[in-house]
Amino acid sequence: MAKLTFKTDNCKGCSLCVYACPKGILQIATDKINKKGHHPAECIDMEKCIGCASCAMMCPDCIIKVER
Amino acid sequence: MAVVFDKPHALCDVPLHYCPGCTHGIVHRLVAEVIDELGIEGKTIGIAPVGCSVMAYNYFNCDMIEAAHGRAPAVATGVKRADPENHIVFTYQGDGDLASIGMAETVHAAARNENITVIFINNAIYGMTGGQMAPTSLVGQVTQTSPYGRDPKACGYPIKVCEMLSELVGPEYLERVTVNSVKNIRTAKKAIKKAFQNQIDGKGFSLVEVVSSCPTNWGMTPKQALDWIDSDMLPYYPLGVYKDRSAEQKEAE
Repeated sequence: MAKLTFKTDNCKGCSLCVYACPKGILQIATDKINKKGHHPAECIDMEKCIGCASCAMMCPDCIIKVER
Repeated sequence: MAVVFDKPHALCDVPLHYCPGCTHGIVHRLVAEVIDELGIEGKTIGIAPVGCSVMAYNYFNCDMIEAAHGRAPAVATGVKRADPENHIVFTYQGDGDLASIGMAETVHAAARNENITVIFINNAIYGMTGGQMAPTSLVGQVTQTSPYGRDPKACGYPIKVCEMLSELVGPEYLERVTVNSVKNIRTAKKAIKKAFQNQIDGKGFSLVEVVSSCPTNWGMTPKQALDWIDSDMLPYYPLGVYKDRSAEQKEAE
């Protein structure tokens, strides 16, 4: 079981993490809005996360912390 | 649970000003990770350029100097020569900075084999000023100043910096990488680490060209921009090591 922590307020909603995730469990939360005015990324099924850190490697703003 | 991935210490905990999906952030992080891994944060001095990454001095935890447009390799030369034993000096430059106005400084720093590390971001466009044609813009690429596509009859052909510098006797290490996938990011980090290690070992001028994206000025989504690197940029800018003098010498022996 892995754990992702998002610094949501620094997210710019570029969705590069969404495409990088091999499990397809990340999405852009279109119902939320952060301080910068972007729709932030979120994980919809943490149980399926394998902690590969592909999303964190791809994130240009370094907002994802991965624990495993 | 063990932390597998977190923001490196050498990268300040502030929001980056870059556009969504801009790969500058990825390269900043790779440089910071390498500084952490080599344990050189306290003695590293970075030279910030003019361009989108003009405010790079806000993002790295090491000392930073802002150079005049294109003059980062010249400033880096001065900083390095002032105290070569105790300082690690790197420059972080875009294509408008390194390949256009700063071409002379770049070529001569390479020819002198200055013991510095250069991180060169090639995104085929002037990002900060609003998407004008750069020396590295591809033939046919539509930009603000080439609305019908770059015409080689009027504007010449894009400059391949690594290939050009590899003809010089001076430089130690030249490699072109990209950051459009997780695999390529890992390769890019290895290249950047080698470029810093070369400087620590006193080998000389190391330049890593990173083929990057500019979603805003290319008029694409971040994902489309990464795909465009694969489909359009990489055929003209092939990845690989263009010069590695130490390895060549080893082979010759």
